[in-house]
Amino acid sequence: MSTITTPAPKKVNRLGLEVLNYKGAKTTLCAGCGHNAISERIVECFYELGVEPWRVGKFSGIGCSSKSPAYFLSLSHGFNGVHGRMPAIATGAMLGNRNMLGLGVTGDGDTASIGIGQFMHLVRRNLPMIYIIEDNGVYGLTKGQFSATADVGSKLKTGVINDLPPFDCCALALKWGATFVARSFSGDKKQLQALLKAAIVHDGLSVIDVVSPCVTFNDHEGSTKSYSYMKDHEEPLHALDFVPAFEDISVEIAEGEVRDVQLHDGSHLRIRKLGRDYDPTDRLAALKAIEEAEKEHEVLTGVLYVNTEKPNFMEMLNIVDETLATLPQARTRPTKEALEEIMEELR
Amino acid sequence: MSTLEVSPAEPRFREPGHTVVNDFSIQVATVNGSGSQTANTVLMRSIFQMGVPVSGKNMFPSNIAGLPTWFTIRASKHGYIGRKKEIDFLVAMNPETAREDVMKLDSGAAVVYDEPLKLDGLRSDLHFYPVPFDKLVAPVCPDAKLRKLVRNMIYDGIVSWLLSIEMDEIRNALVKQFGKRKAKAAELNWGAAQAGYDYAAKTFTKSDPYQIRRMNENTGKIIIEGNTACALGAMFAGVTVVTWYPITPSSSLVESLIGYLKRFRIDPETGKATYAVVQAEDELASIGMALGAGWAGARSLTATAGPGISLMSEFVGLGYYAEVPAVIYDVQRVGPSTGLPTRTMQGDILTTALLSHGDTKHPMFFPCSPEECFSMSIEAFDFAERFQTPVFVMTDLDLGMNNWMSDPFQYPEKPVNRGKVLTAEDLDKLGGFARYKDVDGDGVGYRTLPATNHHAAAYFTRGSGHNEKAQYTEREDDYIHNMERLGHKFETMRKYVPAPEIRQRADAEIGFVAAGTSHYAVGESCDQLLNEYEIPASYLRLKAYPFTPELADFIDRHDRVYVVDQNRDGQLLALMRLEMTPEQIAKLRSIRYFGGLPLDARTVTDEVVRQEGR
Repeated sequence: MSTITTPAPKKVNRLGLEVLNYKGAKTTLCAGCGHNAISERIVECFYELGVEPWRVGKFSGIGCSSKSPAYFLSLSHGFNGVHGRMPAIATGAMLGNRNMLGLGVTGDGDTASIGIGQFMHLVRRNLPMIYIIEDNGVYGLTKGQFSATADVGSKLKTGVINDLPPFDCCALALKWGATFVARSFSGDKKQLQALLKAAIVHDGLSVIDVVSPCVTFNDHEGSTKSYSYMKDHEEPLHALDFVPAFEDISVEIAEGEVRDVQLHDGSHLRIRKLGRDYDPTDRLAALKAIEEAEKEHEVLTGVLYVNTEKPNFMEMLNIVDETLATLPQARTRPTKEALEEIMEELR
Repeated sequence: MSTLEVSPAEPRFREPGHTVVNDFSIQVATVNGSGSQTANTVLMRSIFQMGVPVSGKNMFPSNIAGLPTWFTIRASKHGYIGRKKEIDFLVAMNPETAREDVMKLDSGAAVVYDEPLKLDGLRSDLHFYPVPFDKLVAPVCPDAKLRKLVRNMIYDGIVSWLLSIEMDEIRNALVKQFGKRKAKAAELNWGAAQAGYDYAAKTFTKSDPYQIRRMNENTGKIIIEGNTACALGAMFAGVTVVTWYPITPSSSLVESLIGYLKRFRIDPETGKATYAVVQAEDELASIGMALGAGWAGARSLTATAGPGISLMSEFVGLGYYAEVPAVIYDVQRVGPSTGLPTRTMQGDILTTALLSHGDTKHPMFFPCSPEECFSMSIEAFDFAERFQTPVFVMTDLDLGMNNWMSDPFQYPEKPVNRGKVLTAEDLDKLGGFARYKDVDGDGVGYRTLPATNHHAAAYFTRGSGHNEKAQYTEREDDYIHNMERLGHKFETMRKYVPAPEIRQRADAEIGFVAAGTSHYAVGESCDQLLNEYEIPASYLRLKAYPFTPELADFIDRHDRVYVVDQNRDGQLLALMRLEMTPEQIAKLRSIRYFGGLPLDARTVTDEVVRQEGR
């Protein structure tokens, strides 16, 4: 006599896709690397929001962080470019296909050193895409040199002390035009999820600086990007909940305790007050908070700034809604009469 | 008409009463920023409108105002439109260079000059025409502020009287230049031109032999800069993403493109653009954006010059290895480094052919005329997508920024070729694909565009080692296999690049090989060699790299082959040497000019004669 067992129904999202459809190749990064946790959050968020993976374009530069797009969303096209120049690749690709969902993953070396110029110009253009900086303050792939986000006084494994001030990528992004700016910690699963989901639906440039410890070269005593340092110094601005557009949100919200930000597609980011009053739509207040936190050796995490009004780069360029790359010849080659008109002008 | 009646064969010293019709060069020496560009363009255009073949070359400084500039107009009944080395007719307006300009003239030349410069005492073998420009300009231009700009138009009137240029054509050219919207400015300038004409008529007795006489050679022709022609080619190729960083001499390519796109590529229903133009932060970004767009399936271009090419090196290597299409215009100027930024050179041929680290080779197209700028641009976009690789369109400052006579452009009748792109429907049929697998034997794999709505569409693009399935690999055999396929793809290109143009002479022992703007000097030099030295020469004009088998055949058919380069190191020659046999290489000779001016026939002829031991 045989027992008939029905397999448990597979868990799927609103598209009918399994979480497996959002995974990538096996990671080759070190065990315990913060970047792996971020990859896992990306998988979860795209799965849970039910984003079609083939609609996503993954972009990265060079470095440990930039390898990670191979480790999530293997059904998405990916472009691993050259060092520090991911913004250019992403900009061109997004212009070619504005209907793609752009997801850039980079590191602090890639962004704050060789790529600082391109990063700033990407910010300035408010290109609609997600830009994640996996920030560990150190060059991992070349075995442990300081990056430009390393804090003053932080110490390398070799004992070398950093005496140059760090770039704060969030402050730069805030000042020059990004419309969603957040900082998080790879170990803060819930916060990072909410931020990623908000970034996925935000219709402008989302910069998320995620402190992501390097277990091999920068997780020791004297590092300010280590797990233990973050445990002691992380200062969440607020608690975050993301409510997607496709879910019912008629939940009672206690007055004064929760700020609700409606995003582009009708999703909501619910920002619950913790200790302080913080208005993430006030750019000046955000810059001030970052400055003050730096003095106090605190790492402020959460949504530093959000602006849902400012036009993005596609709107500024007034590009047609359709994908430029696949416009038919009839729309990209002017007529014979047009050429004749031009020739006549030149006679 | 005798076939021997070509300019170089005519005597330099002529008896009185002898006339030289439609076969001489005019040089106008001014200070840049003085509005001379208008006067010079009008002068050139009036000769063009009289049906006489003409060319104009602007030799200008890297400066906004105050440095010397020369504009040379060549009228040639024979249709020679390359630069003529000798100046026959000088208009000396610049006090700083006037003396040197006069001293450089050959005996018998004519000089119109600003009277206070007192140039007539310098030489006794020239024809001098002093003109009191300041006195003449005051009555025709009451507004003192505009006089500096209008003053130059007076020499158009003077020169018209001296050379018998029809004043009606000066007027037509002015109207063309200023358009309907600036009718007032046209009138003001017309008054100045007339004042010059009247002054010359009542003051001078013509003693020089030069004369323009109406011909009928220019019917239907246009006048256009090479950069504008490239821009038009790109627009009619259907370019959708344009990313650039301003650099002389390429800026006007994109600027004119922007103007045309705004007119002809706005969707009539939505009022939105069917293109995107981004002025990038530097050339590192402009090439990156062009490649990103190409990867996404857009027809993308960037335009630059030598310094930009140097900066683009790393990204171009990625484009080669990851196999991403893009069209890169290199409007070459004089290097190394900043070099002479406003002078011309074929200085990037070797660098560009092998741009970037590792084993890299890139196709280059060499247009020589506005028509080819147009047609080869269209070909370049097809080629880039057909072969999934960056393609370089190599022009230079001479072609890009000077005004050229040209036949009107032919509308592209062939539909665009978007190359091997798999759609979702294709993937349904195939079940999947391997991005870098050579399915068809031509070295070119199939690609999918990002955001293709299919679970099997995605692949990972990277500049690190990858196998046929676009997976990361450091395996020796994977690497070799992929690089050999890329090599094979380059070999396939030979069958698809524009074939060279060959003028074969059965009696020729020697042949020329040249590319791009060297064409005009070489073509004229062939005539000079035959007419003056009885040396018949064949001529192969390269239109592209990789070279086609015609080149080796051409070398085989001749005893000595002169490779003409507008650079010091013989870059085109060096590139040829890389793939020719020792026997072929032994036949190659080098002719090089690198002074920054457009190449002239006399320089080529003299060098061939010297090397031929004649």
